[in-house]
Amino acid sequence: MKIFIKNGHLVDPTQKIDEICDIFIQDGKITEIHAQGAKGKGIGAKGSKEPAAGKFDEIIEASGMIIMPGLVDMHVHLREPGFEYKETIKTGTEAAVRGGITSVCCMPNTNPVNDNPGITEFILRKAILEGSCSVFPIGAITKGQKGEELAELGMMYDAGCVAFSDDGRPVMDSLLMRRALEYSRVRKALIISHAEDMSLAAGGVMNEGLLSITLGLKGIPAQAEEIMIARDIALAELTGGRLHIAHVSTAGSVELLRAAKKRGVAEVTAETCPHYFSITEQAVCGYNANAKVNPPLRSEKDVEAIRMGVHDGTLDVIATDHAPHHKDEKSGEFDNAPSGISGLETSLGLSMRLVDEKVLTLGQLVEKMSLNPARILGLHGDNHSSTLTGIKGTLKPGADGDLVIIDTKTEYTVNAAGFKSKGKNTPFDGWVLKARPVVTVAKGRIYRWE
Amino acid sequence: MSLRSKDLISIKDISTEEIELILETAAGFKDVLGRDIKKVPALRGKTTVNLFYEPSTRTRTSFEVAAKRLSTDVINITTSTSSVVKGETLLDTARTVLALGADIVVIRHSCSGTSHFLAKNIEASVVNAGDGTNEHPTQALLDLFTIQEKKGRIRDLEVAIVGDILHSRVAKSDIYALTRLGANVRLIGPPTLVPDYLKDLGAKVYFDMNAGLEGADVIMMLRIQLERQGKGFFPSTHEYFRNWGLTAARVSRAKDDAIIMHPGPMNRGIEIASEVADSSRSVILDQVTNGIAVRMAVLYLVSGVKA
Repeated sequence: MKIFIKNGHLVDPTQKIDEICDIFIQDGKITEIHAQGAKGKGIGAKGSKEPAAGKFDEIIEASGMIIMPGLVDMHVHLREPGFEYKETIKTGTEAAVRGGITSVCCMPNTNPVNDNPGITEFILRKAILEGSCSVFPIGAITKGQKGEELAELGMMYDAGCVAFSDDGRPVMDSLLMRRALEYSRVRKALIISHAEDMSLAAGGVMNEGLLSITLGLKGIPAQAEEIMIARDIALAELTGGRLHIAHVSTAGSVELLRAAKKRGVAEVTAETCPHYFSITEQAVCGYNANAKVNPPLRSEKDVEAIRMGVHDGTLDVIATDHAPHHKDEKSGEFDNAPSGISGLETSLGLSMRLVDEKVLTLGQLVEKMSLNPARILGLHGDNHSSTLTGIKGTLKPGADGDLVIIDTKTEYTVNAAGFKSKGKNTPFDGWVLKARPVVTVAKGRIYRWE
Repeated sequence: MSLRSKDLISIKDISTEEIELILETAAGFKDVLGRDIKKVPALRGKTTVNLFYEPSTRTRTSFEVAAKRLSTDVINITTSTSSVVKGETLLDTARTVLALGADIVVIRHSCSGTSHFLAKNIEASVVNAGDGTNEHPTQALLDLFTIQEKKGRIRDLEVAIVGDILHSRVAKSDIYALTRLGANVRLIGPPTLVPDYLKDLGAKVYFDMNAGLEGADVIMMLRIQLERQGKGFFPSTHEYFRNWGLTAARVSRAKDDAIIMHPGPMNRGIEIASEVADSSRSVILDQVTNGIAVRMAVLYLVSGVKA
């Protein structure tokens, strides 16, 4: 299939493009990019010329729209196998493309846990059959995510896992975490740390502070996260393993990461999520279980620090930590509600606010949401066999034709009930955002919305 | 004047005027309790359901007596006998209770925010009889009533609250109520149970019992929950009593006419010495009696507000 996308404003930092372009896709791969500017910047060499319409299966008019390489979300819970009532690979990837996300990495805390190549293959097979976008499984670090012994990291990697994490739980045993970071060096695999000191956080359901006291809810101090980040940075230095810190939420964590990067701990990267730079713990008031998330929403000071961390590059990636839950689970006692926010369909709109507020340029946003995660995961034509994974995070000729066309001007109101995801659990219901995808192209298919 | 809401969920949510209205109404009902016929027909034909997800004798009985004195029918549902053990959700239980014809639901639950949740989701009046470590508003109101009765005022009194403030819904509601009405609140206990954040509620924090009791008008003791022992909050009940137990010697630090309160049930010899609990300063039994009058006032006033 040949697709021709004309007159869109392409933002692709890998090619230093930030201008009106025509884009040509054939059989799911980018074939040519023609910049329309007078100089043409030599891209595609031939300059702007509109081929005859008949030669294309699809022609998409994108004038007035922003086009980005498809977003890569490295922290998603697709819930399948085992928790299909919360989400499936089918519904989760439908939600992803609605949010402009064309690659998702799914966390292993399914039932059974993705801790062996059989489960990895099951997920990949389902994703091929039912997925709207690319799915890259993340394997468990330890068997059953129990934190007791290493899972078969090598075999899972060879089956298609792009990283390893016990997400939802930390690897509390420091020796075991050391072994994981050491052993994963065989294939230069990425270890993703869910940084939470379980004894310090035990029983906690929100950020610790005056608000947790006045709501009568057990708090989780920022230090529960920071202690583990400090430990894992130290272990990365000891082992030379590749460490990625998931869902950073506190000012102290940003400080630790900034210092580590300054010191030259080369193999440490980190992500945050839109809710950590958009709202504070105040969202919990009224016992709103849709604002219950782990790590918890923090204070104003933390939100400011996260924004600074995103701005100055300390935080490399914006991921969603998309954690869909059933409505019944989120209504009732706050203490008993599971943690998590359904994030795939609000991520771009919330992140775009950072561009409006001059925290990020549009190019930097593309880096945080597409290029950097692709690079960190080895999906940029460097680590994994690119014939298997394709090349993500760029629209260079030869890369996958995954892209998103965005109306950045028209405001829309978030309507959780209308989410493609089964999880309607969001604290952003009713928010007015901009930057909604009007077209997403993924796996060579075109998804369009009015 | 009437209450603004059909529910009584927290002291934080109600105005000073509403607190005063409840106390005045309670004074009227206290007169009733002193009569030969201790019952009024104010809520005849109404149904009150006591929905208790946590064991409680004192509070449940107090609400039951209050409801009966107002002539409402009373149904008690406790976790051990209801379908809660079958895994029914809070909302389903509440809807069932409503379908049975409840006008007022009095709820006690071990999770904070449950009464708030219930009030939002059902049309009946909801009265919070204690939710997790959040609030226990009727206890604070009866404490205010008792202090007012014994001291003639609340404003500018020095009130010392001693014990496990962190986990105490009684302490939280008392702090909000007392500071609102102009009392000076001191919180006394080990730092593990009296975190610094509490200073931001307008209270002074003391780790030293003697210093904290100096010149106090009111000493409110809290029950030490024995299940906290061994969780690292304090090493032993023995050591706790040495440092924060209320003894006669410590009482002498307070004003000569200071009163001693306790929400009950007491752990004699752990947070309070028997001789103190039984002394003439103790108003602990007055609290129990006043609790009925205050809960009558609350049930009466919330049922007068339409959803």
